[in-house]
Amino acid sequence: MPDGYTAPGIFATTLDRVVGLARKNSIWPLPFATSCCGIEFMATMGAHYDLGRFGAERLSFSPRQADLLMVMGTIAKKMAPVIQQVYIQMAEPRWVLAVGACASSGGIFDTYSVLQGIDRVVPVDVYVPGCPPRPEQIIDGFMKIQDLVAKESLRRRYSEEYKELLSSYGILE
Amino acid sequence: MENSFIIDKIYKAFNQDILKMDTASDILSFTVASPVIYEVIRFLKENENMNFGFLTDLCGIHYPDRGLPFGVVYHLHNLRENKRIRIKTFVTLGNPYLPTVTDLFSSANWMERETYDFYGIIFEGHPNLKRILNVEYMDFFPMRKEYPLEDPTREDKDDRYFGR
Amino acid sequence: MQPFPLPEPGWGTGSGVNNMEENQYTTLNLGPTHPATHGIFQNVLTMDGEQIIDADQTIGYIHRAFEKIAERRPYYQITPLTDRLNYCSSPINNIGWHMTVEKLLGVKTTKRVDYMRIILMELARITDHLICNSVIGVDSGALTGFIYVFQEREKVYEIYEEVSGARLTTNMGRIGGFERDLSLKAVKKIREFLDHLPKVLREFEKLLMRNRIFMDRTIGVGPISGERALNYGFTGPNLRAAGVDYDVRVTTPYSSYDDFEFTIPLGTQGDTYDRFCVRQQELWESIGLVRNALENLPEGSFHVDVPQFYLPPKEDVYSKMEALIWHFKIVMGEIDVPAGEVYHSVEGGNGELGFYLVSDGGRTPYRLHFRRPGFIYYQAYPEMIRGGVLSDAILTMSSMNVIAGELDA
Repeated sequence: MPDGYTAPGIFATTLDRVVGLARKNSIWPLPFATSCCGIEFMATMGAHYDLGRFGAERLSFSPRQADLLMVMGTIAKKMAPVIQQVYIQMAEPRWVLAVGACASSGGIFDTYSVLQGIDRVVPVDVYVPGCPPRPEQIIDGFMKIQDLVAKESLRRRYSEEYKELLSSYGILE
Repeated sequence: MENSFIIDKIYKAFNQDILKMDTASDILSFTVASPVIYEVIRFLKENENMNFGFLTDLCGIHYPDRGLPFGVVYHLHNLRENKRIRIKTFVTLGNPYLPTVTDLFSSANWMERETYDFYGIIFEGHPNLKRILNVEYMDFFPMRKEYPLEDPTREDKDDRYFGR
Repeated sequence: MQPFPLPEPGWGTGSGVNNMEENQYTTLNLGPTHPATHGIFQNVLTMDGEQIIDADQTIGYIHRAFEKIAERRPYYQITPLTDRLNYCSSPINNIGWHMTVEKLLGVKTTKRVDYMRIILMELARITDHLICNSVIGVDSGALTGFIYVFQEREKVYEIYEEVSGARLTTNMGRIGGFERDLSLKAVKKIREFLDHLPKVLREFEKLLMRNRIFMDRTIGVGPISGERALNYGFTGPNLRAAGVDYDVRVTTPYSSYDDFEFTIPLGTQGDTYDRFCVRQQELWESIGLVRNALENLPEGSFHVDVPQFYLPPKEDVYSKMEALIWHFKIVMGEIDVPAGEVYHSVEGGNGELGFYLVSDGGRTPYRLHFRRPGFIYYQAYPEMIRGGVLSDAILTMSSMNVIAGELDA
């Protein structure tokens, strides 16, 4: 629960905390699974680890309805424009989770064909290390995202800093 | 199917065009002159004594120091007799043309495109010879030995710390 | 009473006489990121109504330049690359690569190593086929089977963890054998898994195998004849579903596969249902193989003596000078291998996984080419879906089990 004033039958807090609380427990992830990490993501979604416990069992394959872009696996340069397009199609507020070494930094594939981290084309909120990360790590990364979602100010997406960030990636519409 | 039988037949059919034969490695291999490569492959596939009807693999190779730097290696398999054979052919840098074998083996289609993508070897008569794995605007052939492996746009890795 | 004005024949299918020539077909883009495609590849379909006229494939969306990396890495450092080829069955790739190097070096492994390898490779085949078959279920609308068998995959992952320490990208084994023997815990876990899996499989088969809806969705969908399959370079379950009995484990036995009795299941039509059934039957064969190999596991060493390539035990590295030097040399790849060229192939999850290795005697391969079965047979996809409908095309794709990592290398 967020900070606030409690009395019997009452809980008072700020509006953005309430919105954050609602948002954090109903994140719709867009699984952008390209390679090995995608298999671990399938394990995360499976009965054993069950990401549904965190309110994210509803995968949104359409970017328009997704809140969280989970990029799992190597992104080649050929794929880079696609991932940026998917990010642009997502509605605000949107978050990005880079799962695995490849999505975070290119990983062991420091080669001519691989994008050296997706933060070259889209802003990333949380990085999960590992090649591939265990499902526990993916869940940990997801919980970090939940923290960010819960604490985010309602004004952030309208701020000058945020606009500057987006325009530095060339994706301000 | 004995090696000597295949050697006999091949030499009878393409005597002067067989440049090299290797029986020492795991698979019987021949190096043939590039103009006859299509004929050799067709002979191996369609001759009733040969029947190498399965193209296992097709890949390129680059020896920058040789006179004929670019090679293509074909692995054929006779599934009935369970016999494998390796055919190599080499072309020059200035004239990297080879006939396509896509009309014999449909599987050669993408493998030849991959070889073109990596080495720039042009397969004449190929139905759709364009890059397959890399982006289409790429202006070099990355598997050639002179090109670096690393991503040239990367700034955060200082060469001094990576021994490059 | 005026008859209700019926549209002209062919109305709405795009083939009507009123349509302009260029408007006849619809173009539908499928991919590179699409919920129905597993992995990232693009298909631009030309549709006549619901019917597929043609497909234009684009691949290479996760091209990672494995072959170029392999030219710069010492032999041991290539094992992690092979993990990421077909990541659904990494141990087969690892062990296949180690066997290729052993073939180049002329190393003969012991029976115990061979049997341990068979156990792990067949477990990997089980995971591979489980994921493929359950995903066919998902694409035809049966999510339950997927969730159910994924639980079994978790158990195989636990076995991998016991053997190699990793779940998915196992980096398993060494050139010349394994880094450690099968522990008692691992053996116990394998036995438990073997006891439990048949129950799950039977239930899974009950769910799908004779399910009317599933059969209607898959029989006659995406067929290919044996002849065309061979021409397209099919191998593995997809080829056997088309009725050609080619299996590398039998034709070119490696790792003592010839010690075991097992059946090669065959299909007749080469359609999606046959591919499903062949994989399902291979699961049963793999269970038998693992059980057999585990029962008859011979005594002996779990590795052979190749001091130049087999990493010394860790305790020795910390206490003995010699071992430390060897460890350093092996890890840094300061060891030259004999010049030569070999082609070695193993029966991977999807078919013949070949390694064409050319060595010039240096510390790294001069050229290493992976014969990826998925890359070669995926090009037959347009021919298989032509004339079918869109929903069948999705099922055909998942039954072919195209793994993007293997496709693009």
